Amino acid sequence: MELNLATKSKITWCPGCPNSQILVSFRQVVTELVQNGLLKIENMAAFAGIGCHGKISDYINVNSFTSLHGRMIPAMTGAKCANPSLTVVGFSGDGDSYDEGLEHLIHAAKRNSDINLFVHDNRVFALTTGQFNALSPKGFKSKSTPFGSIEEPFNSLFLMLSAGATFVARTYAGDMAGTKKIMQAAITHKGFSYVDIIQPCITFFDTRDYFKDKVYWIGEDFPTNDLKVAMEKISENAEDLPAQAGKVPLGIFYKVDKPTFEEELYK
Amino acid sequence: MSEDSNKDIFTIGIGGAAGEGVKKVGINIGKLLCDMGFEIYLSIDYPSLIRGGHNFVRLSFSKNKIWNDYAKLDILVCLNEETKEIHKGEMKENAEVISGLALPEIIERIKNILKKRNFELNREKNESELINGNIAFAKGLEAAGLDFYIAYPMTPSTSILHYLASKQTKEGLKVIQPENEIAVINMALGMAYAGKRVAVGSATGGFALMQEAFSFSGMAELPLVVAVVQRQAPATGVPTRSSQSDLRFIIHAGHGEFPRIVIAPGDPEESFKAGAEALNLAWKFKVPVIVLLDKILSEHLMTSSIDSGFISVERNESIIFPGTPEKVVKVTSYEHDENGITVDKAEDVKRMVEKRFAKSANIEEEMKNREAVKIYGNTDGGDVVVFFGSTKGSVLEAAKYFNKSVKLVQVVWLEPFDTERVKRELEGKRVICIEGNHNGQLASLIREKTGIEITEKILRYDSTSFDSIELAEQINQKFS
Repeated sequence: MELNLATKSKITWCPGCPNSQILVSFRQVVTELVQNGLLKIENMAAFAGIGCHGKISDYINVNSFTSLHGRMIPAMTGAKCANPSLTVVGFSGDGDSYDEGLEHLIHAAKRNSDINLFVHDNRVFALTTGQFNALSPKGFKSKSTPFGSIEEPFNSLFLMLSAGATFVARTYAGDMAGTKKIMQAAITHKGFSYVDIIQPCITFFDTRDYFKDKVYWIGEDFPTNDLKVAMEKISENAEDLPAQAGKVPLGIFYKVDKPTFEEELYK
Repeated sequence: MSEDSNKDIFTIGIGGAAGEGVKKVGINIGKLLCDMGFEIYLSIDYPSLIRGGHNFVRLSFSKNKIWNDYAKLDILVCLNEETKEIHKGEMKENAEVISGLALPEIIERIKNILKKRNFELNREKNESELINGNIAFAKGLEAAGLDFYIAYPMTPSTSILHYLASKQTKEGLKVIQPENEIAVINMALGMAYAGKRVAVGSATGGFALMQEAFSFSGMAELPLVVAVVQRQAPATGVPTRSSQSDLRFIIHAGHGEFPRIVIAPGDPEESFKAGAEALNLAWKFKVPVIVLLDKILSEHLMTSSIDSGFISVERNESIIFPGTPEKVVKVTSYEHDENGITVDKAEDVKRMVEKRFAKSANIEEEMKNREAVKIYGNTDGGDVVVFFGSTKGSVLEAAKYFNKSVKLVQVVWLEPFDTERVKRELEGKRVICIEGNHNGQLASLIREKTGIEITEKILRYDSTSFDSIELAEQINQKFS
């Protein structure tokens, strides 16, 4: 069966934006899941927040729900509760989930809602033409912080592990094979799947060169059921960018099975 | 005129410290009287704390319909010493005090006093139940096929959450309490998108947090019912006291322009009906529907006739949901075309605004077949009293003491507004508008819609309910 996952909408991301790589990766993942009989296309519900990432729902010919800024996650849980046979994925941004809607992110992880969150993480507000955000490094100069941000960023993966996410992973948008693998694993995981996708903003905070050299995949033998090991691994670096030259690990850091919110609701 | 002279009405007050079970004793007495066939109105006054402080339940009852409780007591039940002191000025001449007794003895004493005074009924237990507006509203939702109720606790809306939470079943109704009101309404919109009949509820402060998503429901045409319970505001205000000061905020809620329905019931029976009506209308027209309540309506109990048998579950077969083979269902908070794809061309924007507002005419047509405006008293009267919400009870009880016949006009639908009907009822008449707010918001709305300026207003903004005797005196004076 040939799936047509494109729409007639013109893509308005900056030419060369890694968002396009995320889009293509996702279309391929959906195609493969459908071809392998793991997903009925009508059961895919793709959510999006507001930000550059959010345009993705116009570019994929599947059920979609473009929420308000930061408010996608409770809507995803709502849809999953309403119809547990849906496969609910959500595309969010760092501004969307780490600034505006942070409380929803934490609570969705806490309640282990069976939804899949892909955060396009570019560490800057891009659609509003470049301001610092929750993950921008200290000292980051932007239109709203012309003398440099005076705040430290936080480690979102660490936060998700603390909050109770049962699937925590990171990938790099430029590595489409890796991204596909992570997306597929997230979607097939039962429970709250959190994927941070490093997606350099080529216009307002171009970190491509920085990440190109720093990212590396953790080994296949990485123990994914040990919270302490996961916390250590994701604390390796990443958040001290760009001053220091640590490595940025990619891969599935944590994956455990727990009853989901929706299972408990209908028990 | 004085309430002492109204021998048809008997009033019992029950006072004690918070945490001493004042409400429980009051409601048990109420149930006893309900079983005896009396019509009852029971008010509950309590401060916003868990222990200490003075709680007071007052119930007035009669063999005839009773719409409000009375200030003067025939019996005062004291669960602590302080109660006697606080309420000594509220006693009728021959009033009796019951103190130092447990519930079963209190009940026995009350029965004996009623017998002694020949205040008894020789009739079968009526079909009525003692119920407040919140629970009646929740029963209305249930009767109309509610799938999900989502709420974050906030006085005085919380009893809806508690009641519906207790009614959950494995396959049926589900109740969720998320992290905050913003999560509440966005979760609800996700549910509506996936095809479930959902309602949310809060006090107006909580609803204030929901504004952006309320507007989203208008933009995306997602059916949603919102219960908004007013309490004394602004800000945190007086959490356990009432107000009608959110009318203007509610009818204009959410940024931007989109059709919505706002229904303001005035008693538990109307609240029940409004709950069911709201759910059916939200799905029929794919609009958000607000049921506007207030603390008095939400918590005060009245003998009411609630019959789910008259409620139908009206579904909208034209809406498709994700999970439908061969269909792609796209919903967005951006302006969008008929396929749910973002648009920003001027002609597309205009077309979509008009598409949404095309529903307004149908909603207004629907309104004509509903009880959008209710009339009581002398329908031909030259003098008119107009009101909305729980003020209905105070006014209808006050009407028992009017010196002349007066037409009572209750505005039930605040949005859309039945301009034609209200105009017809008010035009050329002496009109008094009675509201529980400072600015006379209903009067201003009536002027905006009908051009009729109401100069006579009786406004109460001290967070408590209208005393019907006082109200009758004021109205008699204004219409003398």
